[in-house]
Amino acid sequence: MLHQYRLHGRNIVLDTASGSVHAVDDLAYDVIAQFAAHSREEIVSLLSDRYPPEEIRECCAEVAQLRDAGKLFAEDPFAPIAGELKARTAGVVKALCLHVAHTCNLNCSYCFASQGRYHGERALMSLDTGKRALDFLVAHSGTRRHLEVDFFGGEPLMNFDVVKGLVAYARGLEQSTGKQFRFTLTTNGMNIDDDVIDFCNRECYNVVLSLDGRKEIHDFARVDYQGRGSFDRVVPRFQRLVEKRGGRNYYMRGTFTHRNPDFLKDIQTMLDLGFTELSMEPVVCAPDDPSALTAGDLEIVKQQYEDLALLMDERRREGRPFTFYHYMIDLSGGPCIYKRVSGCGSGTEYLAVTPTGDLYPCHQFVGEKAFRLGSLDEGLTRPDIQEKFACTNVYTRDECRECWARLYCAGGCAANAWHATGDINGVYQAGCELFRKRMECAIWLEAVRLTDAPAQ
Amino acid sequence: MAHIQTLPTRDLCESAKNGGCGECQTIANQKCENQ
Repeated sequence: MLHQYRLHGRNIVLDTASGSVHAVDDLAYDVIAQFAAHSREEIVSLLSDRYPPEEIRECCAEVAQLRDAGKLFAEDPFAPIAGELKARTAGVVKALCLHVAHTCNLNCSYCFASQGRYHGERALMSLDTGKRALDFLVAHSGTRRHLEVDFFGGEPLMNFDVVKGLVAYARGLEQSTGKQFRFTLTTNGMNIDDDVIDFCNRECYNVVLSLDGRKEIHDFARVDYQGRGSFDRVVPRFQRLVEKRGGRNYYMRGTFTHRNPDFLKDIQTMLDLGFTELSMEPVVCAPDDPSALTAGDLEIVKQQYEDLALLMDERRREGRPFTFYHYMIDLSGGPCIYKRVSGCGSGTEYLAVTPTGDLYPCHQFVGEKAFRLGSLDEGLTRPDIQEKFACTNVYTRDECRECWARLYCAGGCAANAWHATGDINGVYQAGCELFRKRMECAIWLEAVRLTDAPAQ
Repeated sequence: MAHIQTLPTRDLCESAKNGGCGECQTIANQKCENQ
């Protein structure tokens, strides 16, 4: 399967099965579009009003050479072995999302976690429960050496002493087991102080900082229980954390809604505030929610993604680069086919743990009782649910099998699919549209970077 | 003249033989830690 597209004056051809990416001129773009259905001389006849016949023949030879090398029109050999590919990475747990706090000091209007409570009571994870979660992770990690723990909520800094205690405990486990823990922390910023900053910069591989961009956008949704916006309180704290972190291994994570599909203005605000590792994500909510993106919004968002790519290229050339989470594609050093077929590992190698020790497939399923997989006390008691997650891959959905982006996407987010269709094996169409646009932009950026002379 | 410039990308068939170590972070923008 091929995907051809034009963006900002560039012609790009993607070969899905081989993963090959080609930057092509206008002639090659037109030849490739005709190549599968026509003979060489038919193509010459079709295109000779636009290009010299000898050049068309020369280009056809080039395309044929790439086809013979398996870099164009490649057959997909992975569908028959998709289950086997996923099985090879299943059966172990290598990452936990620790919900150390089911409570929050903000009352954000679009929060998928219902102000951190996940449809339940307010709760904080005890140090003992957290330690048992880390023991569970080590015990189920098989031969995996790198283990990951995300401190999540709610607002994890409302249980900071337990976070610190768990990191200290994990460092001890590293000594006794040879495993290596990576910690990340997601915070709204309200409780950041010098103690938190020193801890994060010493212990956390990555920190995710929630900021929606423009003050009026941020303060519309991200309010405290008195209804006051949080922008002026969190921005200086984020700036101090990032500065002391050396400007690396963090990212600002914003949410855009029906109120701001023109999210590039929010990206620009973050840049103006000195942040350079950025992410803006579409809101996750019910379709009838006032913040839900409409069909009209999606068209605006797609244009914003294209404009964002231009801005990133422009700033790279000026020596002022910034990163955008979804555009940080690594064409030559990216994931193997196992990862590309099986996805994020939710429900199998990645689990979420609630403050009371219940286990769920991921943070977005927490509180949905039908997806409870067991607990730290009982162990994993629902192999039937885990099997369903294990059997879901890009080849188990008709839409994915026909999608050029399937091996970049790995099938998308199970939680989004479930919220949109009631089935984790369903397809969240709006998410797919946005993902494909982001991939086009990300690959365009790489094509420009790799084919241009260095900026002078 | 060359009409097509092929960018360096990971060989997915090769990765089927030797990938799957599972050590990468918990997709498109991931880096393989064990290539």
